[in-house]
Amino acid sequence: MLARRIIPCLDVKDRAVVKGVRFRAHERVGDAVALAETYRDAGADELVFYDITASAERRTLDYGWVREIAHALDIPFCVAGGIRSVEAAVKCLENGADKVSINSPALERPDLIDEIAAVAGSQCVVAGVDSLHVNNDWFVYQYTGSEAATQESGRRTLDWIKEAQERGAGEIVLNCMDQDGVRAGYDIGQLRAARDLLTIPLIASGGAGTMAHFRDVFEGADVSGALAASVFHKNVFTIPDLKERLDQWGVSVRR
Amino acid sequence: MSVAVVDLGCGNIASMMFALERLGARAALTRAASDIAAADRVILPGVGTAGFAMRQIDALGLRDGLMSARPLLGVCLGHQLLFERSEEGGVDGLGLIEGDVTRLQGAPDRPIPHMGWNTLDIDQPDCPLLKGVEDGAFVYFVHTFASHAGPSTAASTRYGEAFSSVAAADGVYGCQFHPERSAAPGAQILKNFLEL
Repeated sequence: MLARRIIPCLDVKDRAVVKGVRFRAHERVGDAVALAETYRDAGADELVFYDITASAERRTLDYGWVREIAHALDIPFCVAGGIRSVEAAVKCLENGADKVSINSPALERPDLIDEIAAVAGSQCVVAGVDSLHVNNDWFVYQYTGSEAATQESGRRTLDWIKEAQERGAGEIVLNCMDQDGVRAGYDIGQLRAARDLLTIPLIASGGAGTMAHFRDVFEGADVSGALAASVFHKNVFTIPDLKERLDQWGVSVRR
Repeated sequence: MSVAVVDLGCGNIASMMFALERLGARAALTRAASDIAAADRVILPGVGTAGFAMRQIDALGLRDGLMSARPLLGVCLGHQLLFERSEEGGVDGLGLIEGDVTRLQGAPDRPIPHMGWNTLDIDQPDCPLLKGVEDGAFVYFVHTFASHAGPSTAASTRYGEAFSSVAAADGVYGCQFHPERSAAPGAQILKNFLEL
């Protein structure tokens, strides 16, 4: 039986993992490779490394560092941040990343999704979407790695994820920004609406604070995986404890 | 022992090389028929599409070498290329294992691609590739096409229908999942392949 994935997200700034509240006020939580190894050993199903400043500062990420992570891990990982060309995406994959997540650059030029999917296959292309609740709807934001650069993209979230899927994305990570870092639970309503639209896997992001939040999002929104950062970085609970609990609740997890 | 990892010019091969390195194997990435002929073990990895991969195999003149390479391990797309025919692009595979590759059927509660950790139901416990691997072990999958379970199926996995997740036939082996990304069970399977 396919297991629900537990995915620690490591926001990276200058090779260090950081975590802010609602994308602001970043604090340093540790070295990226060391944390990757810790999460691998704890039973993380997958890791996401997000270079939070690369997109906003218009630079691509550091491929040597991707290679170091690939060397250390025997579980899949995805890299994101500043991938604005097919060449950059292919370089990440060649250096050992399993997937690349495209966010702001895909909003600037949606054809980028089609182009990477054509060369590397849809399974390697994740569309990362930062979404905010505005006027009883959800809208996509971009350049969210930097407070000064953050802006509304003018796209409805549900329109954009459908378009991303049609263009060849193999997975959507929907980051519900209202929930990010505040640990009040995932946005089940928004994720359920997204799940009902999509035929590709959907990963929930933003809001994990308790073990029950994970159960709720798997049961309530039927997502394939749940991404979280602060609860793991701050050791609110461990991945083995979370998986044991989910298993008791009848959620299929890898143990 | 020398291991040739066939580079068809697309996708994530670094993780396979790192996994072999962790096991202490002397592995080389190659697209030369002579290296395949000289190697003690040949691994055909692959992401991308069946059509592209088969055209690359022929463009690089690797077909004969792969047809006679033993032991041979196909991984993910490489596993699918071992079969007779793929629905993806309607191309003929290498035909080393009987059977066809078809598209997985999705459903509202079964997104496609089949992506994530799923279990191995071991059908042939004596298969040397599965030595020390527990029935029900989780391994990591990312794919849209799969081969139906058949006589060569050493382990199967269920996603809607059951498909062949480990195939074995006369020195030819295939894994639909990524052993290089499947934690301890994956490492055990690669180790078994190196020790055949």
